Amino acid sequence: MSADTVNTASILVSLGQVTLVLIGAPLLAGVMRQVRARLEGREGAGIWQPWRDLRKLLRKTRIVPEGTGPAFRTAPLLAVACTAMAAAAVPLISTRTGLGPGADLIAVVALLTLAAAALALAGLDTGTAFGGMGASREMTITALAEPTILMAVFALGARVGSTNLPQIVAAGVQHGGRLASPASLLAAFALGVVVLAETGRLPVDNPATHLELTMVHEAMVLEYAGPDLALVELGAAMRLTVLLGLWASLFAPWGIATATGPAALALGLGVLAGKLALLAVLLAAGEVFMAKLRLFRVPELLAGSFLLSVLAVTASFFLT
Amino acid sequence: MISLLRKIRGVGRVAEPAPPPPAPLPPPVAQRARALGGSAQVRCVDAGSCNGCEIEIGQAFSPVYDAERYGARVVASPRHADVLLVTGPVTVNMAGPLRSTYEAMAQPRLVVAVGDCAIDCGVFAGGYGVHGPVADVVPVDLQVPGCPPRPEAIVEALRRVTGR
Amino acid sequence: MNLIAVALGVAAALAGAAVLAAVVLPARLRVVAVGVLSALLGTAGLLAGGAALAGGSFAAHLPLVLPLAGVYVSVDALSGLFMAVAGAVVLAASVYGVGYARHAGGGRGAQALWPLFAFSLLLVPAAASVSTLLAAWELMAASSLLLVVSGHRGGGDSVRSAGVWYAVMTHLGLVAILTGLVWLAAAAHSETFAGIRAGAPGLSPVARGGVFVLVLIGFGSKAGMVPLHAWLPRAHPEAPTPVSALMSAAMVNLGVYGLVRVGLDLLGGGARWWWLTVLILGALTAVYGILQAAVASDLKRLLAYSTVENLGLILLGVGAAGVFHASGHDELAALALAAALLHTVTHAAFKTLLFLGAGAVLHATGVRDLDELGGLRARMPVTSGLFALGALGAAALPGGAGFPSEWLLLQSLIHGLAVPGITVVVVLPVAVGAVALSAGLAVATFVKAVGTGFLAKPRSPAAEQAHEAPVSMLAGMSLTALACAGLALLPGAAGPALRRVVTGLLPGSGAAVTEGVAGRLSALGSTLSPLWVVAGTLVLALVLRGLLRMAARTPSRSAPLWDCGAPPLTARMQYTATSFAEPLQRVFDDVLAPESDLDVTPHAESAYLVERVAYSRAVPDRIEHRLYNPVIHTVRRAGLAARALANGSVHRYLGYGFTAVVLLLVVLAAAQ
Repeated sequence: MSADTVNTASILVSLGQVTLVLIGAPLLAGVMRQVRARLEGREGAGIWQPWRDLRKLLRKTRIVPEGTGPAFRTAPLLAVACTAMAAAAVPLISTRTGLGPGADLIAVVALLTLAAAALALAGLDTGTAFGGMGASREMTITALAEPTILMAVFALGARVGSTNLPQIVAAGVQHGGRLASPASLLAAFALGVVVLAETGRLPVDNPATHLELTMVHEAMVLEYAGPDLALVELGAAMRLTVLLGLWASLFAPWGIATATGPAALALGLGVLAGKLALLAVLLAAGEVFMAKLRLFRVPELLAGSFLLSVLAVTASFFLT
Repeated sequence: MISLLRKIRGVGRVAEPAPPPPAPLPPPVAQRARALGGSAQVRCVDAGSCNGCEIEIGQAFSPVYDAERYGARVVASPRHADVLLVTGPVTVNMAGPLRSTYEAMAQPRLVVAVGDCAIDCGVFAGGYGVHGPVADVVPVDLQVPGCPPRPEAIVEALRRVTGR
Repeated sequence: MNLIAVALGVAAALAGAAVLAAVVLPARLRVVAVGVLSALLGTAGLLAGGAALAGGSFAAHLPLVLPLAGVYVSVDALSGLFMAVAGAVVLAASVYGVGYARHAGGGRGAQALWPLFAFSLLLVPAAASVSTLLAAWELMAASSLLLVVSGHRGGGDSVRSAGVWYAVMTHLGLVAILTGLVWLAAAAHSETFAGIRAGAPGLSPVARGGVFVLVLIGFGSKAGMVPLHAWLPRAHPEAPTPVSALMSAAMVNLGVYGLVRVGLDLLGGGARWWWLTVLILGALTAVYGILQAAVASDLKRLLAYSTVENLGLILLGVGAAGVFHASGHDELAALALAAALLHTVTHAAFKTLLFLGAGAVLHATGVRDLDELGGLRARMPVTSGLFALGALGAAALPGGAGFPSEWLLLQSLIHGLAVPGITVVVVLPVAVGAVALSAGLAVATFVKAVGTGFLAKPRSPAAEQAHEAPVSMLAGMSLTALACAGLALLPGAAGPALRRVVTGLLPGSGAAVTEGVAGRLSALGSTLSPLWVVAGTLVLALVLRGLLRMAARTPSRSAPLWDCGAPPLTARMQYTATSFAEPLQRVFDDVLAPESDLDVTPHAESAYLVERVAYSRAVPDRIEHRLYNPVIHTVRRAGLAARALANGSVHRYLGYGFTAVVLLLVVLAAAQ
């Protein structure tokens, strides 16, 4: 059972996934904000508010700060493009994506890292102290999250014998019992912490803070306005969606289409929407109970998640 | 965590029900506000106030009055903002920063002067450290009188901007 | 005629002609002539290597060139790979050197040594006997040493110290290699590699193990293996840039070549513990190297430590290949070896580009310290763009040359779990963790290098006066950039060559790295399509830009930076490289052990008034401090103590001689 052919159907699936993520990411952000609002006793602005924000930002004038260069101007576009490419590769709706056999887990992780590096360079390109600070912190967290990610890739890939995403997902669908094994649960938890770190959510970073010295991601983008800011916010929401979708595909793969009939794809679409909505609600509800960690406690958190992923690898040997 | 969950369940909705929609803005301002389309990112600048208005603005965004439900959100940088909420009589040292904050915003942008001090220097009029009311430094689109203005008045001003 | 023989002969002739040109010609003509002739020499080496990789081979015996032993030359696929890499780097660096020589290294001596160094890099992989290898090795070491100290006109403390460290360590390494290879030759009763290969199975495990350890010390030191790496971050920054590039991208590879040749080829694989040692040392080297690079603020020192890291990854791959081979899984061994060799090639490409870019910066500003650079993208746009391409490769991100090779290395380690045994199960996850940590830190390091060095505003007057590099330097960099881009997007094109090298060393392995599509790499069930990934991302970026243009037809205006309302931002308020790396340095405090010194000078009149405060902070090489300083200290103490033996009395010296002769007679009598 192979996803080896790159035909029109698989390319359409990829394009569909990209469009879904593009449109659904602000919606996901809206759902999270609404859940937090309700839990805090507020009314909330509604799940479509992020889309209203984006629409408004697209209508504003574009500002090019003096002294910035191509790195600053192209970073938002590059970040969104990399995240969209990752959305095209990850088996969100179906295992037959447009990249065919090249849909590799390490390649997806590297694409997301490239998006983060592009924004970090943009932060440094502004020449302001906050831009550099945000870039420095973001790169430190990315560097320390890499071991956990690749160790989890190791745990998942070694069992299947390949890091090819469709194969890993298909193995998860076929052998459902393995997903409840200690190795899988440990890896799921470790990758969950990494998703929080990579998307800048609590407890690693507070996306809604106004205090610059507590910022990690926000500090890099303080200089963006108008359509560029729209791209940056869309990119951040897409990154969250893609990472949650990747996590769901790896550890809760039921519903992902393995055939290419329209019924299977529609089911995959519906199940994906449901899974992402559920994950968003759980994440938002969890954030109500968490406070942001001090910056120099974050490496301890990441080291803990690394330890969990090492345990996952060892467990996959001795407790198969 | 359990106690927090119990509290959430027990307290429920804290936000007061939405008051009737406020009066529309005058045409020149209304055109710019309509371009915002129901979303207003707000940057607050304290140009020398006594912090009374700041507390009321803070209450306006609290769960009780919940200005966020009308599409307003406080942001960290004027580049991200559409609405500038200015409080306090503009002191001599804050005149330049206030002007550069306004210049840093992307158009379309609006300025809301919150409190009597922002409108006409209030009790600080004539002080040696006071430069003048906000209108002397940046063009003001909307005024919220009061010393300090009630949170409902601040929320009403934001509702007029977002149109929700 | 054998293409390899012709190319090697042409290379030798060109080397001779270049040396002659350097000695005879006047200054301006000298630089151009040597540059052109060396570039042709590099091309000849590249052709020879390429022909060997395409399936050719060559062997010759020249009895009169070296007294007593003669020169044995043999080029197979493995030699070909290293010759091709060295030749390509020589080509790019020679073209670059024409423009650079006006800045430094244009003297008669330096220009004469350059073709000698370049030729020795071609000779070492081609050597097929112990004496030829050692002669070529020493030629390489001596010429590079002299080139290193030719760095600054008038010398200087740091250059001299770098020269001393390099001289001592490279010759200690030579002694280790010499001892090991001579032991091997003696035990196998033959000096040529062919003879040793035949005689090696008859050696005792003690002899094999001893030879391997000695050879590991010698070749590992050349490859910058921790803890024998101390010369690398001292010598590479002080050398003139073309020499640094050649050393980092071509010379250190020969340490790997020696290890593979002696360990896998001559000794025929060997015991598992050998290769486990190599793997563990490689992992340690990778992590330590990138950690030091992450906190380095001297651009060339950063690049030198990055070389240490990449060589660590290559040694990790070689070690994994040896372990798999010793456990009988030749297919996995082939994959790991192919990954290590591919990484050698890609590292050579991006490291050359990075060093040449750093040299252009040094040439334009006179400054190597990242804390004083910045704003170069406006003043040196082409150099900045090319450096960014090299940095992308070093960070192993899609679009960079290092990405396919690191992917392949990870694949070999992931599939390696199929090998049974508790050691493998414990060591391989640690190895994957080390590769992952070094990959993450590499991204942070090169974002720092590009971001603080080239972007934003200049931090010093020197950086403000930067200008674009001359044409020849840009030409050398562009050639290398083409190679980087080719390796990044079409890594599969190296597949057939890699397969030939690997099947030459491990006859039992099949086609683990498949060929087929150049834009794709396959490894036992996983596939990477860097061409598709990069092309897809670019297409999506263009589509998004079009959509954005349609959706946001708004005017754009320029505005001053948002400075929070305070007076204007100065260049001094930007983050420097040191501040960028500070969180990482804090996290790895225990490993790096930074030293800080605070010197407060109070006023003469009152101790409460401070006249001057001086603060300095440095991150030394901790291994140097903990390991080398005690050894140097002990040796110095022993030397001082030994002075008591030579007190000037002739009677004592006669007594020493008499005792020695008597002892010798006793020993000879007992040995009868």
